[in-house]
Amino acid sequence: MIEVKDVSKSFHDGVKVLDNINTVFETGKTNLIIGQSGSGKTVLMKSTVGIHKVDQGHILYDGRDITQMNDHQIKMMHREIGMLFQGSALFDSMTVLENVMFPLDMFSDMNTEQKRARAIECLERVDLKRAIDLFPAEISGGMQKRAAIARAIVLNPKYLFCDEPNSGLDPKTSLMIDRLIQEITHEFNITTIINTHDMNSVMEIGENIVFIYKGQKGWQGNKDQVYDTGCKPLEDLIFASELYKKIKKAHFTLKE
Amino acid sequence: MNIIEHVGSFTKLMKLTLTIPDRWSMFGRQYLREIMKLGIDSVFIDIIISLFIGMAITIQMKLNMSNPVLPGYLTGLAVRDTLLLEFSPTILCLILAGKVGSNIASEIGTMRITEQIDAIDIMGINSANYLILPKITAFISVIPSLVIISIFSGILGGYGVAEFTDTITVTEYTQGIQYSFVPFYVTYAIIKSMVFAFIISSVASYYGYTVKGGALEVGKNSTKAVVNSSIIILGSNFMLTKLLLT
Ligand SMILES: Nc1ncnc2c1ncn2[C@@H]1O[C@H](COP(=O)(O)OP(=O)(O)O)[C@@H](O)[C@H]1O
Ligand SMILES: [Mg+2]
Repeated sequence: MIEVKDVSKSFHDGVKVLDNINTVFETGKTNLIIGQSGSGKTVLMKSTVGIHKVDQGHILYDGRDITQMNDHQIKMMHREIGMLFQGSALFDSMTVLENVMFPLDMFSDMNTEQKRARAIECLERVDLKRAIDLFPAEISGGMQKRAAIARAIVLNPKYLFCDEPNSGLDPKTSLMIDRLIQEITHEFNITTIINTHDMNSVMEIGENIVFIYKGQKGWQGNKDQVYDTGCKPLEDLIFASELYKKIKKAHFTLKE
Repeated sequence: MNIIEHVGSFTKLMKLTLTIPDRWSMFGRQYLREIMKLGIDSVFIDIIISLFIGMAITIQMKLNMSNPVLPGYLTGLAVRDTLLLEFSPTILCLILAGKVGSNIASEIGTMRITEQIDAIDIMGINSANYLILPKITAFISVIPSLVIISIFSGILGGYGVAEFTDTITVTEYTQGIQYSFVPFYVTYAIIKSMVFAFIISSVASYYGYTVKGGALEVGKNSTKAVVNSSIIILGSNFMLTKLLLT
């Protein structure tokens, strides 16, 4: 469980990108941060993991406050965290297998055979065993995302952060990635936090949803409550989504 | 950013970089990779350029010293000392600032904009130390060899001129290149080149590491890396020469 308490953050220009955010991300669930582009989702995520220092507030990882930690303690904390970046962020100079083995090379005391076995186990989990000897540039966007997921989970993280895991993917692949992340979350009881502006994901895996609007928390709930929030900016976001348009169209076609 | 801010954030980056590696085995792997990429891959261009420069200097020196009063060995001597004092350590490093500097800046810059550096940081690894330290140490350790190879290639180029043209005789040339040799000049050349290697690799890493934006900025920063490290090299060349030779 990660508790975000009274967190504010601004950059050099002084504009508050995050304005007094309070929320809880629950263990074993897919926690979604949703909001328009530029609303501050990435900043909230990067502040939570400690890449950005917050101006004010506390962030507790199962009671441990990352805002009070020194650099060394933050480094140790990071070893419990897996992160998936918007562009997948695989290392270009390494094969898929080497990418997944990298955290093990850096931190584990396993021998090469054991590391290889562990990496392959994770790659099998994301159904990517065929591609282990290819370089990131040689595989599709969806496969890159899956390789990045394998790399993020190879050290058994307690917390998994995913920044726009669906960006650049077609809807079908997006759905597959969403489901994969959800399965892994349940399987390993991870506290997973996902940034997205994709309403499909919200409907599909929104077990706990935090809506950010202009740097503030606009609403929090789950996917069953999301259609009935009374929160105008969130309704706008939903109404603007492709999914909603399709539902509306289907609805009218039925009536005719 | 003004120059003071640059110096400040450069110093900060170097403080992160010049620390003990998290894992020596990983450092060793990266270090060997960089030796190959920055060192071995520069040997060919090193030899070609030095050969031609040695040839050109020999002809020019001979022309400048055509006065019969001057002893014949002066040409060879001037060629040797020009290579030793200035061409091989300084001009060669300027050329490598272009090749190696842009290579380092664009590689690290691309890793920055594609969030690969964030990915390293979030694993709890000191990304500056992991990425930059092997480059700096590898380049500093290969540069003396590159300089020595350059000096020999340059002298060989001059020898070629003596052998195959009638600009200067082989006897004059070989006598000249051995005449009143100052061993300290070799030490001086190596010290200078190691300082320049640090400048090239650290400045290029700095411009790569601090890229913000996209591919366009990576290109812009690579250019800045080359231009600024060249200026710093020439400035410190003057200071080192003053310090070491007078
Ligand atoms: N490093 C930074 N420096 C200054 N401003 C930033 C920085 N990162 C993000 N911002 C600003 O914060 C706001 C929110 O950005 P972000 O969190 O990336 O939005 P998104 O919800 O699309 O992920 C934007 O207005 C952006 O310009
Ligand atoms: Mg974002």
